[in-house]
This record gives sequence, C-alpha cells and structure tokens, in this order.
Amino acid sequence: MTTQDFIQIILFFALLIGLTPLLGNFMFKVFTGSKHIMSPVFGWLEKLTYRSSGIDPDEETNWKSYTFSLLMFNFIGFLFVFLIQLFQAQLPLNPANLPNVSWHSAFNTSVSFMTNTNWQGYSGETTLSYFVQMIGLTVQNFVSAATGIAVLLALIRGLARKTTDKLGNFWTDLTRSTLYVLLPLSIIFAVVLVGQGVVQNFKSYDTVQTLQGASQVIPMGPAASQIAIKQLGTNGGGFFNANSAHPFENPTPFSNFLEMLAILLIPAALTFTYGKMVGSTRQGWTIFKAMLILLVLGLVISLYAEYSTNPIFGNLHLMEGKETRLGITNSVLWSTATTAASNGSVNAMHDSLSPLTGMVAMINLMLGEIIFGGVGAGLYGMVIFIIITVFIAGLMVGRTPEYLGKKIQKFEVQMAIIAVLAPNIVILLFAAWASVSAPGLASLNNSGPHGLSEILYAYASAAGNNGSAFAGLNANTVFYNLTIAIGMMIGRFGIIIPVMAIAGSMGMKKITPSSAGTFHTDNWLFIGLLIAVILIVGGLTHFPALSLGPIVEHLLMNNGITF
Amino acid sequence: MSTKQNISLFNRKLAAQAVKDSFIKLNPALMIKNPVIFIVAIGSFLTTLVVIIGIFQGNFSSFNLNIAIWLWFTVLFANFSEAIAEGRGKAQADSLRKNRTQTMARKMAGKQEVLINATELKKGDVVVCEAGDVIPSDGEVIEGIASVDESAITGESAPVIRESGGDRSAVTGGTKVISDQIFIRITSEPGNTFIDRMIALVEGAKRQKTPNEIALSILISGLTIIFLLAVATLPAFFSYSLAASGLPESQNLTLPVLIALLVCLIPTTIGGLLSAIGISGMDRLLQRNVIATSGRAIEAAGDVDVLLLDKTGTITLGNRMATNFIPVEGVTVEELADAAQLSSLSDETPEGRSIVVLAKDQFNIRGREVHQLNATFIPFTAQSKMSGVDFKSEDGVVHQIRKGSSEAIRTFIHNNNGFYTQQTHNIVSELAKQGATPLVVAEDNRVLGVIHLKDIVKGGIKQRFAELRKMGIKTVMITGDNHLTAAAIAAEAGVDDFMAEATPEDKLRRIREEQANGHLVGMIGDGTNDAPALAQADIGIAMNTGTQAAREAGNMVDLDSNPTKLIEVVEVGKQLLMTRGALTTFSIANDVAKYFAIIPAIALSLYAGKSGIGPLSALNIMHLGSPQSAILSAVIFNAIIIVMLIPLALKGVKYKPVSANAALTRNLVIYGFGGIIAPFIGIKLIDILINM
Repeated sequence: MTTQDFIQIILFFALLIGLTPLLGNFMFKVFTGSKHIMSPVFGWLEKLTYRSSGIDPDEETNWKSYTFSLLMFNFIGFLFVFLIQLFQAQLPLNPANLPNVSWHSAFNTSVSFMTNTNWQGYSGETTLSYFVQMIGLTVQNFVSAATGIAVLLALIRGLARKTTDKLGNFWTDLTRSTLYVLLPLSIIFAVVLVGQGVVQNFKSYDTVQTLQGASQVIPMGPAASQIAIKQLGTNGGGFFNANSAHPFENPTPFSNFLEMLAILLIPAALTFTYGKMVGSTRQGWTIFKAMLILLVLGLVISLYAEYSTNPIFGNLHLMEGKETRLGITNSVLWSTATTAASNGSVNAMHDSLSPLTGMVAMINLMLGEIIFGGVGAGLYGMVIFIIITVFIAGLMVGRTPEYLGKKIQKFEVQMAIIAVLAPNIVILLFAAWASVSAPGLASLNNSGPHGLSEILYAYASAAGNNGSAFAGLNANTVFYNLTIAIGMMIGRFGIIIPVMAIAGSMGMKKITPSSAGTFHTDNWLFIGLLIAVILIVGGLTHFPALSLGPIVEHLLMNNGITF
Repeated sequence: MSTKQNISLFNRKLAAQAVKDSFIKLNPALMIKNPVIFIVAIGSFLTTLVVIIGIFQGNFSSFNLNIAIWLWFTVLFANFSEAIAEGRGKAQADSLRKNRTQTMARKMAGKQEVLINATELKKGDVVVCEAGDVIPSDGEVIEGIASVDESAITGESAPVIRESGGDRSAVTGGTKVISDQIFIRITSEPGNTFIDRMIALVEGAKRQKTPNEIALSILISGLTIIFLLAVATLPAFFSYSLAASGLPESQNLTLPVLIALLVCLIPTTIGGLLSAIGISGMDRLLQRNVIATSGRAIEAAGDVDVLLLDKTGTITLGNRMATNFIPVEGVTVEELADAAQLSSLSDETPEGRSIVVLAKDQFNIRGREVHQLNATFIPFTAQSKMSGVDFKSEDGVVHQIRKGSSEAIRTFIHNNNGFYTQQTHNIVSELAKQGATPLVVAEDNRVLGVIHLKDIVKGGIKQRFAELRKMGIKTVMITGDNHLTAAAIAAEAGVDDFMAEATPEDKLRRIREEQANGHLVGMIGDGTNDAPALAQADIGIAMNTGTQAAREAGNMVDLDSNPTKLIEVVEVGKQLLMTRGALTTFSIANDVAKYFAIIPAIALSLYAGKSGIGPLSALNIMHLGSPQSAILSAVIFNAIIIVMLIPLALKGVKYKPVSANAALTRNLVIYGFGGIIAPFIGIKLIDILINM
C-alpha cells in the first residue's frame, strides 16, 4: 500500500466521524418536529402532503397500526413497480423500445426495491425503461430508505418513552425523512455527480465507432438522480448493469470517494440521532464505535488479503475484476463499506475478490447487515443484537437484564430471536437447497468452493437486503428470482415486524433510573461485549458453511489451486 | 445461625437419591420442560437406534456406540444436577415439615373439642393448643396468650410470646406451645402453608419457572434452533463439496456425527444447569431462614434498588442509651449523675438502666436499693411524661427528683414555683439538633441538668450501606422520630434518605412514588399496618413474629425476624442472577473451541486430492489425534463440564458487593474468557487420554 492509500483511508474515516454528529443532529431536529434549516424550504410541501392526503401529523398510533400502515404502503409500492414492469412497452419514456419484463424477474425486482435490497437479477440498460427506472425504482429507493428510518424511529420512541403505546405516526415519519433528509441530500449529491461527469438525460442510446472500428452502443439516461439516492439510501441498485464500475455512474476518483462516503453517511449519522433521541449521545456513540470497529476489522483483513501476493498470480496483486482506474484500496474499501452497510452497489466485481476478502464481504452480510447497515435497518438490527447481548451478559451484574432502563423480558427475547432467525433461515435453507438441486447448480459459472460461495453470497445478500452479487451466478432464472425474492421479503419483514413488536412492548414499560448497580451500555466494556456476541452468534451460525466456501478456497489457493 | 442447616454439597444419601432421580427424569413428559436437554435426549435415542441397526446389519461401529453413551451421559448429568439441587432443597424443607406430619389437632366444633389429623384442617377452623401441644398449622391467635417454642423453624431456643390481637398473633405450624392455652384460627388451606409453598418452589417437577428463567430458556432454545439449522443444512453443503472434490456421496456426514456436532453447539451446559441454579437459589434463601412464597420474589430481590429500612432494629439498636450528663451552672456533674441514678433505680426501661450503668461507669456511683432510702418510685405515666423518686432526707424533708421530657419538667418546675432557665433550654435544643433525646433532671424547684440519650447506630451498618450504595441500591430510613432527630441519625448511619414521623400510609405512598419512578422497592415489616406496604413493595419480607396479615401480604417470611435480613435477601437474589448469566456466557463461549475440534475432523477428506488430508485440516489447531477422537473428545467434554459445574450452580458464583461494572468485568474474565479457553484445554486433554 502507498502513502496515498493510507491518507485516503484516514480521510475517509475522519470525514465519516466528523459528519456523523452534524447530520445526526439535523435529523434529530427533523424527526422530533423541531425547527431546522430545511423547514423554510420544504415546510410548505410537508403541510401540503398532509393536507392532500388527509393525515393529522400529530396523531400517534400504537405499534400495530404503525406496522399495518407500513406494510400496506410497502405492498402498494411493490404492486405498482411490479405492474409497470409488466407493461413498460406500452408506457412512455422507453426510447430503447425495451420489451415487457418477464413475470418472475419483475416480481424479483419489485420485491428487491421495496425491501431496500436492490438485488438486480436483470441488467438495467437492456431491461428497464427510463419510466420504470424513474417512477418505479427511484421512488422506491427513497421510500424504502424512509421505511427503514420510520421503523427505527418507532423503536427509538419505544425505548425513550415510558408507559405509553404511542410510537409516532408512520406517515409523518415517512414524509419527514423523505422530504428533509433523503431528498435534499440527493439533490445536492446528484448535482455534484453531474459535475463530475455522471450522465443525466433522456436521450436515446448513442451508437459510436470505436478506435478498432467496431460499433458500440453507449447507454444514456437519468443516471445521476438515481445514483445519488442509491448510494445515500443504502439501496445500491445501479442504473447500469456494471453499477458504480461503469464510468457513467462513477467517472472520477472524487466521485468514487463521495459515493463511498454516501454509502455510510446516513446509517452512521443515525447512531447520533439515536443517542440524542434516547437522551444520551454516549449510547449513540457506543453503537457507532462498535460498528466502526467491526468495519475496520473487516477492512484490515480484506486489505491484507488483497495485498498479499501469491506465486500462482506471479507474485502480483490480484487485479482481475478490480476497478483498474481506482486501484485495489478503493475497490476493497468500497467492497467492505457496501457489504457492511447493506448498500450493495459495487465498483469492483466481488466474484474476483480474493477468498478472504470475499469472505469478509459475506460475513458482513451474514451478521445481519448491522455494521452501519441499511438506512434505519442497520441500527434497528443492531439493537436486536444489543438486546441479546444485554440479556446474556446483563445477568452477570446481578440484576435482571435491562437496556436504557427498560427490562428485557420474555417477549423481547422471543422477538429478538425471531429477528435473528429470519435472515439465517433464508441463508442456510435456500443456500442448502440451491447447492444440491439441479436448477440451483445450473446457474453456476464456477466450480468448487467458489461456486458454493456464489450461492451463499446470493442468499446472504438477499437476506441482508444488501443486493450486491458475487456475480458468476446467473440469477435471472425462475428458481433464483423466486427464492431470492422470498428471501428478501423474509429478511426485511421478518425483522421489521419483531422490531416493531419490541418497540410496542418497550414503550409500555417503566424506565428504571440508572445507578451504580445498572449494567452500563455506554462504555468500552460493552462495546467489546457486543462485538463478541455478534461475532460468536453470527460466526457460529455460518462457520460450517463458510469453511466449505471461502475458507477452504483460501487454503487451496495457498496450495496453488484456484477456481 | 445461617449455617446450621447447611447440607454438605454431595451428601452420600442425597447423591444416591439424585442418581436414582436422574433416571426417573428420563420420562419424556418431564424432559420436554427443558427443550435443550430434550433435544439431546432425542439425539441420544437416534444415535442408539443407529448403533442397534448397525449391529443387525453386521457393521457395528464402536465410535457410534461411544457417541451414544456420552450423549446419554449428557442427559443424565443434566438430570442429576436438577435432582441434587432438588434433593438438597427438599432435605432443607423436610426438616421444617417433619414435625407436622404426625400432629393431631384439637379442633373446636362449637364448644366441643374433636381430635383430628392436622392435615385435615381447613382454613377458618379453630383449634385449641395447650402447653405441650404442637401447633398443627399456620394460624392466628384469636384468644389467649402463650409462650411458644419456635426452635423447630427458627433454631432459636428462647420461647416467644404469642397473643391475640396486636402484632404478635401469628403462629406457624410445627411450633410448640410451652405454657398456657391459646385458641388459633387456621389461616391456610391444607397443603398451602408457607412450608408447603416453599417445598413446591424447590421441587423440580412441580416448580413454576420464574420470569427471567423463562426468558433465558427462550433465548437458549432460540440459539438451539439456529444451531439446528446450521447443522441440518450442513449435509447439503457437504454433498456439494464432496461432488466438487470428486468424492462419492456415501462419504457424507452420518447421523451420529451430525448429532454430536449439534449437541456440542447447543447450549447444553446452561440448559442442563438452569433448573438447578433456580432451585439452589431458593435453597440458599432457606439456609438464611427466609421462606419465599413465590419464585418471582427472589429475582425481584436482585433487582431491588430502593430499600425501606425501619430505623429501630435495623439501623439502631432497639433502645436509646444514656451517653452523657450535662449539668447546669452551679451543679456538679457528680450531683447530676447521682440524682439521675437515684431517679432511675427502679426504672426498668432500657433507658433507665442505661442511666444507672452510665453513672456507675463514669463516676463509680453504686446502685442503691430504693427501699433502703425510704424512697418511693414514681413510674412514668402517659399523663405526667416523667418518672422519678420521692425520698425523705435525714432532716425529714421530702425531696422530689424527676426526669422527663423538657416540656414535662418545665411544668413540674413551675408547679413547684421554680424557674426553668434559659441555659437548660439551650442545652435541650442543642441536643435535639444532634439527633439525641434530651432528658431533663430536676430536683424540687430547680433543674440539675440534662441526660444525653442517644440512639446507638449498629456497628458496621454504615459500611453495609456504603456497600449497598456501590451496588446501586438506595437506602431509606423510616422512623417515627421528628425530622431533626431523624436527620442526625440518618447522617450518622450513612443512609441515602430518610422519612421522619412516618406513618404506615406514608410508607405506602413512598413505595408507590418510587415505583412510579421505575424503582423496585424492598421492605421488611411486621405489623398489620405494614401489610399494605408489604403487599405493594416488590420485595416484602414479613417477620415471623409479625401478624398473620403481614405474613400474607409479603412475599417472603423471615423466620429469624431480623430486620437486616433484607440486605442478605438482596444478595441472594443478585447471586442467583449472576450465576445464571455467568453459566450462559460460559456455555456459549465454549462453542468456539468445539468448532475447531469438529469442523476439521468432519471435513478432512474434502478437496484432499491424493494425499487424503484436505486443506481444512489446517483448522485443527489443537492437533487432535484423529477425526473420530476429536469428535468424541468434544462430546465427552460437553458432558462432563455439566458435572464439573454442578457445585458452582449449587453454591452460586462468588458474590462481592461491588458496582455493576466491577462485577461484570470480573465475571466476564472468569466465565467469558475462561469459557473460550477452558474447552481448548479440556478437549485436548481428553483427546490425549483417548489416544493413549
């Protein structure tokens, strides 16, 4: 690694740490309904939204109706995206005259964008019209991220309030997070990206003569606006198939740096908002630190693996599949961030990462996308692990476990277990099925442990609502489209519903004031404990499968055998 | 006292019974209550089936047999831990119950007396007990007064007075009347006395799990499901890998190996010991002579963070003591001491006696006989609010010496045409400010001085409160004293807060306030007027000497009637919860090593090529002898760790009154890190033994 690599990594984390309290504090104001700098700009629009849809923004609901609103909203979003894909040939803004999408691919894609996964079994420029991309997918990019924030807000209110069943208003939370957080940030970011050379137009595809004299189709489209939100909203679904490895999505080292930062920005800042809303910024920073340590840990292993040389590659670094314009460090930093944060956009092909780097990416997915994770989703997933950690270790101080003064009892443990189980069921059962069934195996491009990694990665990505792919796997088949879609739904709502139930039950509880006898959840000891529980529980679940995939591949590579 | 009923950890008789019970507990109807161990039992059964089928098909596998045997041992060890805890608890309770089983009761049917079996008594029956009778069941004295020997339940040999009305009316079944006659109304249904309820709490089969125990079993069952998934999907990944290695499907994992892996991963240690931990917590309470009437109470005890403590008996010794004589101008301290002693010679109150003793200790003034002095003792009355002596001096004049409250003495002086000086007033208010009780001594028409009566704070109690503070527990002193006095004693004893001039209603209100603020409150009380507060408190300990109403209202009864017991109960509760947490952490941390034993063993042949030793053997960091010995070692370790931890489950983890953070750090180092490292060592040692 060069000095520049180190400087860039340090600059990246310094900016992330510095922006966290700034944006976090702004979001705190937005979500608590205080005045903030964006209220004069979009305040009228917020009011108009409520008036036109007949919503009383101050009317709060209990967890059940909050969850019901959320599910209905998501279902309608899904249905809309599903239908416009089936009929895109008849719809406007389709200059490339793309045909209607197959039912299973449309089903997969609409589930994918509703669940903030943005798994793309299709190739953007050859499958979807501008209309579907803009009205369907980009809208879902916004509202799926806002849905994640809404669930988090309900959970925070459950933790911070006492003896109430009121957790806020889903429509208000949805409107505010979209209008004041996602929209302004995306607009600014999109403009910057356009400045860097990202395309934003409605032109038909260009056909050009290359230097070799061949003709090449250059796809066009309103890319910048979708890229901004796909990075910020941890969506990750690229406008083009190559995602951010495509020069029109990610033209310069500066755009690359900003896009990487955008992946982690909102999830990181939400930890600060969380701390403020539960009444202790220390609690927020504790979570931030735990996430940061796990991220850096993965990054160090990945960088080590990528910079290790191996005789079978002629003692050179593994450059195949890397973003050659940007180099190894930028490829690895991106791969670590995008898998940790449930984003799933890529600037290098994960299939080509060295086995250990690929494993780190996979572990990031398998741990449940809690290392910053999806917008809102990462943090509420982390709270699930906090509940489990507090329950296991909290007893050791001689009190029944409590978090933020709330007793953790049977119901919370039940729900937390369901939330941990849901994504793991998807990963293990579907991957096991795919690895022994004909339709599962038919899609593999690689043999041996690498093939198994591709299957594992696909379902881990679905369950974690990440959306990145290990490529190498032809996932646009009925088998994969359906199983992955089901996996994405279980991975999303199998966590949201128990989390909402926990929020409801926590809200009804009293708050035990903190004292010297309280199990403290805001110090380094707890950070260590939390990380240990995450790694042990997550690791123990997936170690057998990982050892047959990337671990054995790594060992074989050291013996000179590759796949 | 608290150790008298200690039963050695593995008493031979108890152990023999427990071994027998471990087999009885194999009954699936009982096993299903413990899901983790139930899964192990199913695994053992399936493995045994595989062995038997193997014998019939002529390919007997001694490896499978070994696995089956050790899996059965795992189940039996878990059952044994519960059985031994139960046995100890029952032995403890049986010694309490013994007396009652053969007791006959003299039931009153109208005016007639009928002799029936004690076990047939119903609530509301009235029985009569005379000297020599054993009281047949829990009840309340409705008529008469008697001295009762309660040594059967308290171990205290001195008899106690039980009388109708007032705060000493409750009697406990199994105790013995040693004088007089009392009529008792039975207050508990047959089989539902305190001791019966206590026994139910230590009997595994009938025992209700406590809330935290239920939550914990859900957690470990959840982990079990996760590991079940991880193990159940493994054959599919193996099948893929075998095909990729060019190996036949017949080399896929066998059922016994999969079961061995599963049993090693699921939290069998805590699953096996959870019930024993709960029972032995009850048992430890019983050893301290406290009977809990619900399992929930002992967990709440660990959570309590506000303790309401009665001043008298808990914080101070029962009585005030004279500590100083303060004469007024013109009177020597000896004169004052002499007069004070004289006035107290016939005063049998503890305060009076302390004055006599103080005068003797300080000025060597010997006690005299009242009648030799021609003196008459004037006892304290509620009207006069003073006591003293009238005596004739040698010149025949009658002198009146009085001691009493400043108000009473002022009236007395004025009536004798004397003058109550400003100096006296100053001394009195100064003492009151210090939290002491001033007792003014006067002779005829003049004040001699003031006796400093002081509440004596119990030795070591301040230290105790400091420890409680460190544990995050707030102490509130309850007293009927006025604010000034209460404040001074509170400061001396080091309590965090106090309630002066507290009425029972005040107590109840305070408990509600604390609870509304999210606190859990513990208190100890005895009187009927304490009953509402005892019922409201999260931990209400009724003293055994108290009324039946109080005993019904609380969720624990302290047989020793010792107010400081509250603190011990909190410690028992905390220790119970800590033990649960420590063993859960240990159990989960153990899994790391087991993976490193089993995964390389089962995956040895994958991608091996010609050498037969695949790359995953690199994970065999313990260098275990063979794949079979590795798997077996892990299973054996998993089984015997349960037995090795039984003493810890029964005794509880070492408990020290320290802050939450200090306790956590300590337990984490021992049970967290210990839990990761111990199995690496244990499995390696077992592997060496197997391969010898």
